Amino acid sequence: MSEIREGLRYSEEHEWALAEAGGGIVRIGITDHAQSQLGDIVFVELPEVGAAVEAGASVGAIESVKTVSELYSPVAGKVVRVNEALIEHPERVNESPYDEGWIAELEVEVETEEALGRLLTAEQYRAHTA
Amino acid sequence: MSGHRDKALIFEMSKPGRVAYSLPACDVPEVEASSVVPARLLRTEPAALPEVYEVDVIRHYTELSRRNFGVDNGFYPLGSCTMKYNPKLNEDAARLPGFAKIHPYQPEESLQGAMELLYTLQRDLAALTGMDEVTLQPAAGAHGEWTGLMLIRAYHESRGETRTKVIVPDSSHGTNPSSATAAGFETITIPSDASGLVDLDALRAAAGADTAALMLTNPNTLGRFESQIAEIARIVHEAGGLLYYDGANSNAIMGIARPGDMGFDVVHLNLHKTMSTPHGGGGPGAGPVGVKARLAPFLPKPVVGRRGDGTYYWDEDRPRSIGRVKPYYGNFGILVRAYAYIRSYGPAGLRRVSECAVLNANYMMHRLAPYYEVAYPGVCKHEFVLSGKRLRAFGVRTLDVAKRLLDFGYHPPTVYFPLNVEECIMIEPTETESKETLDGFIDVMIRIAREAEEEPDLLLQAPHTTIVKRLDEATAARRPVLNCHCE
Amino acid sequence: MKRHRYLPMTAQDESDMLAVIGASSTEDLFADIPASVRYSGELPMSGALDEAGLLRHLRALSDRNADADRHVSFLGAGIYDHHIPVVIQHVISRSEFYTAYTPYQPEISQGELQAIFEFQSYICELTGMKVANASMYDGATALAEAAALASGATKRKRIVVSRAVHPEARDILRTSARGQGLEIVEVGCADGVTDLGALAAAVDAETAAVLVQTPNFFGCLEDIPAIEALVHDRRGLLVTSVNPLSLGLLESPGALGADIVVGDAQPLGIPMSLGGPTCGFFAVTEALMRRMPGRIVGQTTDSEGRRGFVLTLQAREQHIRREKATSNICSNQALLALCASVYLSVMGRAGIREVASLNLSKARYALGRLGALPGVEIAFPSPIFNEFAVKLPAGTDVAAFQAKLLAAGYWGGYDLGRTYPELSGHLLVAVTERRTREEIDGFVQAWEASL
Repeated sequence: MSEIREGLRYSEEHEWALAEAGGGIVRIGITDHAQSQLGDIVFVELPEVGAAVEAGASVGAIESVKTVSELYSPVAGKVVRVNEALIEHPERVNESPYDEGWIAELEVEVETEEALGRLLTAEQYRAHTA
Repeated sequence: MSGHRDKALIFEMSKPGRVAYSLPACDVPEVEASSVVPARLLRTEPAALPEVYEVDVIRHYTELSRRNFGVDNGFYPLGSCTMKYNPKLNEDAARLPGFAKIHPYQPEESLQGAMELLYTLQRDLAALTGMDEVTLQPAAGAHGEWTGLMLIRAYHESRGETRTKVIVPDSSHGTNPSSATAAGFETITIPSDASGLVDLDALRAAAGADTAALMLTNPNTLGRFESQIAEIARIVHEAGGLLYYDGANSNAIMGIARPGDMGFDVVHLNLHKTMSTPHGGGGPGAGPVGVKARLAPFLPKPVVGRRGDGTYYWDEDRPRSIGRVKPYYGNFGILVRAYAYIRSYGPAGLRRVSECAVLNANYMMHRLAPYYEVAYPGVCKHEFVLSGKRLRAFGVRTLDVAKRLLDFGYHPPTVYFPLNVEECIMIEPTETESKETLDGFIDVMIRIAREAEEEPDLLLQAPHTTIVKRLDEATAARRPVLNCHCE
Repeated sequence: MKRHRYLPMTAQDESDMLAVIGASSTEDLFADIPASVRYSGELPMSGALDEAGLLRHLRALSDRNADADRHVSFLGAGIYDHHIPVVIQHVISRSEFYTAYTPYQPEISQGELQAIFEFQSYICELTGMKVANASMYDGATALAEAAALASGATKRKRIVVSRAVHPEARDILRTSARGQGLEIVEVGCADGVTDLGALAAAVDAETAAVLVQTPNFFGCLEDIPAIEALVHDRRGLLVTSVNPLSLGLLESPGALGADIVVGDAQPLGIPMSLGGPTCGFFAVTEALMRRMPGRIVGQTTDSEGRRGFVLTLQAREQHIRREKATSNICSNQALLALCASVYLSVMGRAGIREVASLNLSKARYALGRLGALPGVEIAFPSPIFNEFAVKLPAGTDVAAFQAKLLAAGYWGGYDLGRTYPELSGHLLVAVTERRTREEIDGFVQAWEASL
């Protein structure tokens, strides 16, 4: 079974979001379930740093050998950092979707708790993927 | 030996000082390039092409050919691709000097034989599809789709209408939506119903004042004939849209039913499928487009016209044309082959081609049905779709079945298309395969189904007999090495 | 019709197969086609011919065309009468190549995949670009695809194209631009090359790309270094369309800063065949790799460590991305790319330079001789490769002049007035390595006699 990590928030499109310590910044990535559905990930089209994105808007794409999946931002905000290691090592999304395979960090305008509040809890996401 | 060693690249065979060319001595005063071309435009380093001699060239490419599988090597039931026999006469025809060694800008009077051939082919394809006029310019099926959609766009615009949406069923070829995008349309995908046909309610809901066209193959990619085609056409036409026929599956209905009579307004044919022109390892093909009279003014120019005195001319005088879509006059060499094919059968023969293609497909489907689930039971046309999902219980996927078929000397069917059938296996035998060939393939498919249960590893490790085993596609895409000069 | 040499179905087969299906006749298998759309009777198409009769008919049609075996060609304008090394025909006649489909099953398609990989390598080597695809329909449609790519990569909608680009390529560009909502701006010429002043004025911050051809349609070489500076100053992309044979002598566009290089491989061993099929090539910088249209082959290894080749970067393509694909192209011109590869293998490092040099020398010789005829002028002073424009004496009826040359056994050149009204009375003359001095001298005499 794929891992669903406690403490993260999830979207129905299989992205996760985590408020960084210090506030104002949310880190996003795709779930273990999503990476296993995609199979061998070969390229991550990263969001553009500086771009303002709406919650639920497409900010990039994840390519595997035989398919491609849009990356939807689970929260609204401005992209402040992307995981550039994925350019050389896209397989990290397969190997470590919640840690080394993170995709981007967004600066949110509202309180991070509010930004994440609309997303699923681990328990709700578990029910969603069941 | 060759099965166990890497085949050298031609670049790796190079030895300084060898040549494979024979050029004439320069019989005019030799001009030093630097005396007539500015130095900044001249190459300083020669292009690092290999240095080999003629025997190297022949052995190299002969060896490569032996590492390849074509229709002449064996059964190639690749669904949706119509891998029929490529008649040799057609190859000879295209190589005749009056076809292979003519220039597009020669005077018309020196091209009358070629132009008669093109004109006749335009008329023959119009008759076959039930259309009024045909352009032979498009180079391939996808190119024909895009051309057809540009015609549809021009038609709506000429009536002062802005229609932005193209409807496609979920079983459609991926080229349909991508051609729609290239022609500036948005795609609306509608689901198929429980029997694999267009869901009429979904179509009614999708069709409206913004509908430019519905794109459909008929028979569809599941091999089923859209029996409600008249109603489908009525719904789309009443909404003010047009009907586009993707001719990928025309091999099922030649002389039996015509897109024009079903209500389609625009048609493309894949001559490399239906008309037996060779696929060439991926091309060249040809994708002529036929239209009803109301769309004819918009056809790409030129088309070939015939004067009262029986001479032929390039008809460039088409002021409402969408313009050119291809330089010169299309893939003429392919058109010659298609014309030769049509003349080798004639209309009664082409009808028989379709009958045999459909009979072969139904026979295979019936014999395989006990072993692989038929996705949509019922009579099929030239192809049918199985699902390998039963085998998942043994840890085996459709891909493994395909790879195991390689061990028996068959090209596998199309797999994982269409997208709306799980673990899809799409089989198109074509009419040029004998009952013995079909039986041999069916027996192997049955054997593989049994192996999946009893010895799944045999499939999971397949192929066993090929010169390379399964290749690492993930690394190829992650760290692309796309030419031999990459580090 | 019941029997045919391509159809194995016997009456016995048919009844045996129908019995398995449980149908009483083949006709039953079409019962799902409603009567209202059934075709009854025989289609009004050309009739069937037996093998000998069909060959006779095709030969008769072929014989009615003036071919390059019986005529001496000075026609170019995009399609050239080069020598085709004998081995090419033998290689591409191997039916393992020509009867195969796209190499979807790599284990039994290594031959085609390696051939394409080598083609990509050849194109990179000639053009000086990092990445090339497996080929396109032709050079003209490749140019239109380059415009679309440039627009996507720069998120700009304006394409600036030189009027010295092949007129049919510009026609196609206009057609496709309409579909994609691109704006096309044409820039005129001076001395047979793109007018750099006008180009500088046309290129702005909205310009996605500048499209130039070199040698251009008039045979003249463009000043690519100057154009490159202009385009990149405004952060647009430079797209060059090139004659691959000329790259035996001319600097590679990659070294001159091009972002996308396209062209038609017809000069590399592909028959003229009324202009098609040919083979387009498409090469880009590494930055644009994942935006490239068409098929791409990559090198990898199998499970036992052997080198092998696969179709790769497929997530760009229509069968995966559908409406979001980088292009709708799902084929390549594999067999003709093979012609080009074999041609370049035959020519090799020395031959490609020598053949390019022969083209230049013979063209310059013809230019000198025709330019010396009374009343005839060489139209442009710019440097050329193997083609040049000639101004005929005032008042010459070009069509009648061409007809006289044809009667004397020559294809006399392309009438530039067809597509450039300001150049009526001008002929575009191409001279390849196939033309002997004797033929060129004969051609000059035919001009003297016909003017």
